[in-house]
Amino acid sequence: MNFLTKYFKAQIEKLGASILDVVGGLGRFSNFAFLCMYWMFKRPFRTKLGWEQFYFIGNKSIFIVALTAAFSGMVMTYQTYLGFTLISADGFLGPIVALALAKELGPVFTGLIIAGRCGAAMAAQIGTMKVTEQVDALEVMGISSHQYLAVPRILATTFMMPILSTIFLLVGSVGSYVVGTKVLQIDGDLYFSQLGVFMFISDIFQGLIKATVFGYLIAVIGTYQGFSVKGGADGVGKATNLAVVWGMVMVLIVDYFLTSFLVLIL
Amino acid sequence: METNEYAIEFSHLIKNFGEHRVLDGVDFKIHKGKITTILGFSGAGKSTLLKHILGLLHPSSGVVRVLGKDLSQLSEFSLREFRQKFGMLFQYAALFDSKTTFENIAFPLVEFTKNSYDQNMERVKELLDAVGLHERTLHRLPSELSGGMRKRVGLARALALKPEIILYDEPTTGLDPITTKMVNDLILETAVRGRERQMTSVIISHDIAATFRISDYVAFLDHGKMVEHLPVEEFKKSQHPLVRRFMEL
Repeated sequence: MNFLTKYFKAQIEKLGASILDVVGGLGRFSNFAFLCMYWMFKRPFRTKLGWEQFYFIGNKSIFIVALTAAFSGMVMTYQTYLGFTLISADGFLGPIVALALAKELGPVFTGLIIAGRCGAAMAAQIGTMKVTEQVDALEVMGISSHQYLAVPRILATTFMMPILSTIFLLVGSVGSYVVGTKVLQIDGDLYFSQLGVFMFISDIFQGLIKATVFGYLIAVIGTYQGFSVKGGADGVGKATNLAVVWGMVMVLIVDYFLTSFLVLIL
Repeated sequence: METNEYAIEFSHLIKNFGEHRVLDGVDFKIHKGKITTILGFSGAGKSTLLKHILGLLHPSSGVVRVLGKDLSQLSEFSLREFRQKFGMLFQYAALFDSKTTFENIAFPLVEFTKNSYDQNMERVKELLDAVGLHERTLHRLPSELSGGMRKRVGLARALALKPEIILYDEPTTGLDPITTKMVNDLILETAVRGRERQMTSVIISHDIAATFRISDYVAFLDHGKMVEHLPVEEFKKSQHPLVRRFMEL
């Protein structure tokens, strides 16, 4: 009996500690996000640093986003075609693929790519600066490390995500068109004829809003993980891993809730 | 009148982290224009004390007065501005690894002055000369510099804005004996050069020999309490058991 009591007490303590840990973590994350928001509107505005991040997150990601988009559009067309031919609905292939790319595949896939490529880089860069006291050096000089390191990355990712998502939509649609007309021999005019009937500007907006929110989340998670690094190389490795995992997971989770919300308002 | 004589004053400084007391009623004054070294075993609270000087940590109770200002009374913005009066040489120099020597040294100048590129270049060359580095290192990255050279660049960056207080966090840890001597000589030279403008140097160290060679005052911190603070010659004769034990190690 005594043993059982001790065992259950230990388990409850463990559970309590885990809950405290999660709540504490959420508090620290919220505080970090708030601080970044505060410094976003404070002078000096670091435009040069911002452009560097725009270049890294935007330009340097275009190729991988376009490549993923082309093949996603192509495979999506193939799979949809196989199903639609069974019910003789080939004419809907173009609009269905375009809708999927605009509302879901574009923002989500771009989010996953950027979380893997840029979220990881942010955590690794800032984490390395943290363990080598470069972040402390900024603070000692009277420069806000949040403003100098986090804000340019957050702004650049938030603004570049909708642009990259649009590129995903365009390249994915081209990939889809090529497979649809050249491989599956669907009439080119038929391919896009139903587009105006099924697709509205609000669908494009829905994708752009999602991409913007995902961009903000990925960057805040990546930079937060960088600032949270403790220890040396091991700590940087863990932070990089967490930035990618949480960035990707949050894109998928938030996607569901955002979809539910946007369907109601758009 | 005392505020003119002392650069930094700690009054009954207590700092707790959760239930753990790191600084336990520190009462201590650092003389303006002098070199003061703070000695102590690992975990004594030396780095915490340093962070209080910089206003990076705030006291649980007590007062930290730097250059006559109570840091806890300054707003976040004023505190950041106030930190421009400090220069700091970190244990491993903390140079920005993506920036060249020139960019590292010019960093505070770019951030806080309206100097032109040429003016910054002139000041950087002046600082390089002061720390004994050749101009050919100007465009090298920190990864292309030796440990001693990195320390020199770190010191040049710390001196860029002509600080009133310069802090050294274990400046010779991990260096070979020759580089250690070079860094200590540099600290002395810097202090001598800054003496006319009353620049105060505060060093956190474990190195007894170097401390006795370069310091004007020595303080000993143990378990968050300042157990001894004396001019260097008197400190050498201290009979405090902990200080004796530390010196005999």
